[in-house]
Amino acid sequence: MTSRLTRRQRRRVSQGVQYALFVAVVVLIAVLADWDTLRNQFAQQRLAEQLFPEIITTALRNTVVYTLSGFAFGLVLGLVIALMRLSSVAPYRWAASVYIEIFRGLPALLIFIFVGVAVPLAFPGTEIPGGTYGKVALGLGLVAAAYMAETIRAGIQAVPKGQMEAARSLGFSHGRAMVSVIIPQAFRIVIPPLTNELVLLFKDSSLVLFLGVTLQERELTKFGRDLASQTANSTPILVAGLCYLLVTVPLSFVVRRLEARAARAK
Amino acid sequence: MKTSETEISIRGLHKSFGDNEVLRGIDLDVAAGEVVCVIGPSGSGKSTLLRCVNLLEEPTKGQVFVGGTEVTDLDVDIDAVRRRIGMVFQQFNLFPHVTAVENLTLPQRRVLRRGKEEAARVARENLVRVGLADKADAYPAQLSGGQQQRVAIARALAMGPEVMLFDEPTSALDPELVGDVLAVMRMLAAEGMTMMVVTHEMSFAREVADRVVFMDEGRIVEEGPADRVVGDPQHERTRHFLTRILDPAAAEPPGEGS
Repeated sequence: MTSRLTRRQRRRVSQGVQYALFVAVVVLIAVLADWDTLRNQFAQQRLAEQLFPEIITTALRNTVVYTLSGFAFGLVLGLVIALMRLSSVAPYRWAASVYIEIFRGLPALLIFIFVGVAVPLAFPGTEIPGGTYGKVALGLGLVAAAYMAETIRAGIQAVPKGQMEAARSLGFSHGRAMVSVIIPQAFRIVIPPLTNELVLLFKDSSLVLFLGVTLQERELTKFGRDLASQTANSTPILVAGLCYLLVTVPLSFVVRRLEARAARAK
Repeated sequence: MKTSETEISIRGLHKSFGDNEVLRGIDLDVAAGEVVCVIGPSGSGKSTLLRCVNLLEEPTKGQVFVGGTEVTDLDVDIDAVRRRIGMVFQQFNLFPHVTAVENLTLPQRRVLRRGKEEAARVARENLVRVGLADKADAYPAQLSGGQQQRVAIARALAMGPEVMLFDEPTSALDPELVGDVLAVMRMLAAEGMTMMVVTHEMSFAREVADRVVFMDEGRIVEEGPADRVVGDPQHERTRHFLTRILDPAAAEPPGEGS
């Protein structure tokens, strides 16, 4: 009754339709887009050149500094919370769980506003050490610690039980076995997910926008936005975006490599 | 048997996991320098018994003494007691993130507080004893199962234990690698080490053990010289078990009733 296609014919038709659709969309965009306006708005070479070297020496540098300080603070706090989660003392476990639920459940932006605005208002005269850098490390680290704690806990639990037994039977105390035997192995397991967290933090450092920073403390997003409004042109935003990708794309690549290696090692 | 020479003494030992009573009253003495092999079907509680000796499992009831110290005493420094008891596991449990020689030096340095050079010297001596001096810098993953188990034995020996516990040390090994591990254990026995060995290697038990203990359902069913327990078992359950282990092909297909 119906004309039946062979498998070969069916594949040809299916592929043909998909390619045709792709080409149609590309052509449509090319025809409809106002290329001159777009180029003027997003890719003015003269404007882009003016951004250098400041966009690298100040903005990208600050983004990196904010990210790393937030990561370091989050890692230490995350490790402590992970160990609390695994503690035999119930109140520690509860406190860790409450912390994790709270900080995973709130928008990072709210935490930033809390650190930047609410804390100085609530405790007049208190200064977070390190000025803006300290605030950013705190804001990023508080949130990151919640995620990293869960990652590290999973990593610790992924170390075979026999490792702790072997260490204990050699006379290691529980704590010393953790430090010398379990945690070093757990960190190997969690390096890929922690690197992923680093990528997330790198992007979240843009929330500094809401803290009110001096010119010298601007990071990529704020820098891009400020210059975009100064020049009434979007080119700085495009360049700032490229600067992010310059770091995040290689990092993501590294994560995939690490994950592939971890999968092979199993 | 309970003399000043007694190295391990187990009294009225019970162990339950929830409702499951795994050990139902074990009394056993091991003299200094004696080699005792514990045999029995799986689930008989022999591994649990061994793990109670260095308190990897906490007994529900009963006492365990090692070298005169009560291991089960709540006020005893268990880490100090465990330093005197070497343990070898079925799954080797080498630390995979460090090399073979570091597996030996790490516990010496962190637990015994030995200096770098002394730890390295003791590590090398013990790797030589198990015939793996040339593998010192290999990571566990680069070693065969038999080599890993010999490194694990060397790691325990480097702590200078007075007792060695072996929990099915050859059960996870390919058959052709079993011999090297048993050779190391035979050497230890000849040197006069006090050993408690949970094993299925009947030829090893017969040849090396001073005494064989047969366990079933959480109790010691039969014990005595290896020749008698393995060669001429007195109990029906021992006979049944040994027939199955020495000639697995002879087993009947599971009947309707069993």
